[in-house]
Parts: sequence; structure tokens; C-alpha cells
Amino acid sequence: MKVMGKFFLIFLILLATTTLISTNSYSKEPYKIGAIFSVTGPASFLGEPEKNTVLMLVEQINKAGGINGRPLEVIIEDSKSDETQAVLAAKKLLEKDKVLAIIGPSTTGESMALVPIMTQAQTPLISAAAGANITQPVKERYWIFKTAQYDTSAVEAIYNYMKKQGIKKVGIITITTGFGDAGRKALIEMAPKFGISIVADERYGPKDTDMTTQLTKIKAAGAQAVINWSVGPGQVIVTKNWHALKMGIPLYQSHGWGSKKNLELAGKAAEGVIAPLGRLVVWDKLPDKHPQKALLKKYVTDYEARYKSEPGTFGGHAYDALMMVVEALKNVGPDKKKIRDYIETKIKKWPGTGGIFNMSPTDHCGLDASAFEMVIVKNGDWEILK
Amino acid sequence: MTLLLQFLFSGLTTGTVYALVGIGFNIVYNSTSIINLAQGEFVVIGGLMMWFFLEGMQLPFAVSLSLTLLTAAVVGLLMERLTIKPLLKKGDLLLMIMVTIAISILIRGILMFKFGKDPYTYPPFTEGEPINFYGAVITQQTLWVIGITALCIVLLYLFFNKTMTGRAMRACSLDVKAARLMGINVSNIVMLSFIISAIIGAIGGIAITPISLMEYDKGAMLSVKGFCAAIMGGLGRSRGAVAGGFTLGILESLTAGYIHSGFKDAVALLIMLFILFVKPAGIFGKAEIVRLRKF
Repeated sequence: MKVMGKFFLIFLILLATTTLISTNSYSKEPYKIGAIFSVTGPASFLGEPEKNTVLMLVEQINKAGGINGRPLEVIIEDSKSDETQAVLAAKKLLEKDKVLAIIGPSTTGESMALVPIMTQAQTPLISAAAGANITQPVKERYWIFKTAQYDTSAVEAIYNYMKKQGIKKVGIITITTGFGDAGRKALIEMAPKFGISIVADERYGPKDTDMTTQLTKIKAAGAQAVINWSVGPGQVIVTKNWHALKMGIPLYQSHGWGSKKNLELAGKAAEGVIAPLGRLVVWDKLPDKHPQKALLKKYVTDYEARYKSEPGTFGGHAYDALMMVVEALKNVGPDKKKIRDYIETKIKKWPGTGGIFNMSPTDHCGLDASAFEMVIVKNGDWEILK
Repeated sequence: MTLLLQFLFSGLTTGTVYALVGIGFNIVYNSTSIINLAQGEFVVIGGLMMWFFLEGMQLPFAVSLSLTLLTAAVVGLLMERLTIKPLLKKGDLLLMIMVTIAISILIRGILMFKFGKDPYTYPPFTEGEPINFYGAVITQQTLWVIGITALCIVLLYLFFNKTMTGRAMRACSLDVKAARLMGINVSNIVMLSFIISAIIGAIGGIAITPISLMEYDKGAMLSVKGFCAAIMGGLGRSRGAVAGGFTLGILESLTAGYIHSGFKDAVALLIMLFILFVKPAGIFGKAEIVRLRKF
């Protein structure tokens, strides 16, 4: 009995110290935000920089005194690139952690799976994925926003540029994944508006090793330019094949091209490749007075110093999503409805990493083709085309 | 004409890799009657380790090459000694095939941990402009890949037909019990077959990485395609794997070229099914041998 009593005493002391510690470090209740990213699984190339970005930003915000004197707590869940896991994570964040808003998920499929849950829970979701369906039709997406540019905006940027160059016949080559499907659909649907006809429509699998056949066909079909739509190794292989075949027509890539890694892997084969890229990858080439320059410089240099790798466009989507919520919290406090209203009506001419956002009740993404710069590869580096 | 030539070159490039993976399947199959589903992983090990030694550690080409092949050989050796040897006595073929799947997942995990998810590449063996052949273009590295594959086939032929060890391996593939009675150390032969198939896979990886890049999870697709090549040519026949590999590669390329690139995997596999319906033992397989098989 005496032993039991001693144990009980120790237990009490332990309990007291832990509560003391926790009350000491959080003088005030933190603002809780949830984050769901594909940290592992096939989409981890999206989720990893997104998670890293959020960890870094939360640390910076709290070091600077938090939001209105309250610390910020972001609970990050790994969806393992799986829709079911994303749904489970969202339920946990909503019911157990009682978060004020959720940022993420990383992919379009996962974001779509969360639409009904977030709508029912009346909690804002700021997705980091690109699919247009995430925020359209906007009437049914009252609580849903996204920070990644539309695929259609990237297509529009390419076609605008092609129109100026007098290109009328293009061959497209797309990867057989969700990204490639969405790009292919946008490329085909929007071509007539710009007076462009698609003379060849080729595809390849995510693990294919050679695309010479498809490119040969595109050339034989009389295309004046090739557009490749993919992320991952495919875009490098297409570039190498294009170079080896000496096709004599320009190669355009999607907005997934914006990684220095691609230039390293493709080497001199990448010379002359044109792509619509967000300003994140070309921040050092922007004029000093550009509204995005200062924040991009800080974000990219901080990230590279901390993680020894480039944040890429994807990390930037998480940056924009988190900062929108943070700004809303700063102005309206911890109220889900007010946060939603703030993002919808007050995020105007708001510079983020992905572009200058103009949210409105009819557009829950707020970015258009002007979020992209047409960039050409020259001497192993990017160069903005005028 | 130019188009057809270009499609054929493209098919040859992919076909060689399928052929090398298929040969690897056959070597292990002949000595153990199991399908080593980690065969594709050896290709990835070849490509990634070559990058590691050549670009990562800046070693000379010949040294990197030897070290890469050594690494692959050691992986093959460990795989056999640690997992296959203890199970071989029980003789449960299905169990051993499951184990090779487990090992392929393990290797993939280790490679991801070490190299991350990014693709890697290094410069082609010889720098230079692609060669123009009647209007069709073929890169120098493609010629290397084809040449190296041809060399592998010749060396393997000489090994299996002209050397004592090679003949012993063939004896095992014909009848393990009889081979053992003749004084052949079957356990060593099995080990050797894993080492050789690992090296063959790694050679394929080293040769194609400058063309197609290499990332940690490319092995699964290569295993499937290489397996198709081996089946198509007749499982156990090295000649068959080569024919199967090239047929599959060229079929894919022609489908992509003349029908549509979206159908290339489907049509190639349909034709494979058709061949197997007509000739279930594969192009070079013999129906009598198939009947004697355990698996």
C-alpha cells in the first residue's frame, strides 16, 4: 500500500509538471489549421515540398509572435496519395482536432473526394491541386478554394504565344495520367478558339522509355510545333528524343516543366524548349518592382537554405493556401464562415507565389493566364520571353 | 519507308531491354524453376548505382562499371543465399515466387530511401550527333545498347556451351536429380544463376539509363515486359527471350506508329496472347518440355 501511495504521488507530480509545461508554452490557445498532403505514395513529389513549406512557414510565423498574439498550429496529415486516406484524415481533423480550415490535398482526385465533407462541415478548404472541377461549378463549391493555376490557363498562355508566332498546326503528346488527361482535354477543347488545329494526338505511359515513334508521327503529320503535357521523367525523355530526331519544329512543355532538375537531366537537349511557367522558378529574372518578386525571393532562398532543394511550383501552392488562411485569421479571427467570406471577397490583387490572386464569388481560384510567363531554355537556364 | 525505319529503331531500343530482362528470367528459371520477379529491380540497380559511382563519386567509367556490376552480383548473391537457398529444400515454388516479390519491394524501398524519387541519368557512352540512316535517326547510345545486348548473348552462348560450369548449369536445367548424381553442386549452380541474371539485368540498366533515365520504381514495369518477352519466346529458352523481347518492342512501336500510341501496350499484349493461344509453349518452346514442367 505504501508503494502504491508513492507511485500515486509520483504520478501526481508528473501530471502537474506536464500540465504546467503545456500551459507555460501556450499562454493562449493556438489557432488550429489542418493540412492534408500526399507526403508518401505516387504523388509524393507534390506532397513533400508542400509539407516542408508549411513546416517552415509555421515556424517563421510563430517566431514572429504568431497571429494577433496567438500561436499557429498546423496539423499535417499524410494522405499517402490515396483518396480514402484523404477522407479519413479530413474527418479526423474536423472532428478530433476541430480545425478552422484545411489546406491541401495535393491532387485533384483527393480534393474532389473532400468537397462533400467540407461542405457538410461548413469549413473552408484551400486545395493545392490544379483541376478545374475542384472549384467549379462555384455555386456547389461554397467552401472550396484552390491556389494552383488552372490547366486551361497554362494552355491559354501557350496558345496565345503560338498565335503571335503564327503557329496554326500543332501535334500534342500527353502522358496517360490524370495530369496528362486534363491537359489533353484542355489542349483539344481550346485549340479552335485560337485558330489552331491539332494534327496529331499522341500518348505515352508514365514508365515508357522511348517516345521517338510518337514524335516521328507528329512530324509526319505536318505539325509546326509539338506540345508535351506531363510531369516526371517523361518530359525529359520527350525532350531528348525531340533533340535526337532534330525535328526542326519547336517543343513546348506544360507548366510541369519548371524544375531545374529537368534542365540538368536533359542537358543540351533542353535548349530552346518553351513552357508557360509560374514566376516562382524565374523570380530572379523578374524586374525589381514586380509585386511577387520580394516574397518569392524570401520564400525560395529560405526554403533552399533549409531543405537544400528547390521548393518547386508545388511547394508554392501550399504557401499560398496557408498564407491566405493566415491573413484571414489576422483580420477576422477564428470564425470559419468569416474566414471563408474574407478569402472570397478580400483576396484581391493579392500577390502569392502562383500569381496575383483575384478571388471573387464567381472564381474560387483567382488566377488566369497572366499567372504564367512564357519561358525558354537558353544556356541551361530560364529566360523570360517577351 | 523512313517512318517504318524510325518505328523499327524505336522498337529495337525498347526491345533490347525487354530481351535482357527476359534472359535474366530464363537463367534463374532454368536452374530453379522459379520466376524471379525482382529481375526488373536489377536493371534499376544497374542504372542508379552506375550514376552513383560515375556522377555521385566522380569515379572513372571503367571503375564505375566494375563496381556497379559487383554491387548487382552481391545483391543477387545475398538474395539467393538468404532467401532462396533455405526455401529451395522445401520445394514450394509458389512460396519462392512470393519471396521474390517481397524482395523486389524491399529493393525498391531501399533505392527510394537512398536515391529519392527523382529520375537520374548520365551522359551517353560516346558523345556525338545521332546517326542518320535513310532519313531515320538512331542515337549512338541506341547502337551501344544493341551492341552490348548482342555481346551479352554471344558471351552467354559461349558460357553455356563451351565451359564446364555453363554445361553444368544446363544439366541442372534438364534434370536436377541427375545433375546431382553426376557430382554437380546444385546449390552453387543456383547461386551462380542468380548472380549472372543480376549482372545481365544491371548491364541493361547501365546501357539504357542515358536514353530513358532511371528512377527507383521503374523495375516493376520492366519485370512485366521482360516476363512477357520470356513467355512469348518460350520460357527457359534464351534465344526465345531475345526474339520475344524484340518482337514485343517492335510490336509496341508499330502499334503506336500505325494505330495509336494509346493502344500500344494493349495491342502488344493481345498479340502476345494470340501467339500463346496458337503456340502455348512460346515461339521457340517445345510442347513436350512444357508438359514436364512443375510450373
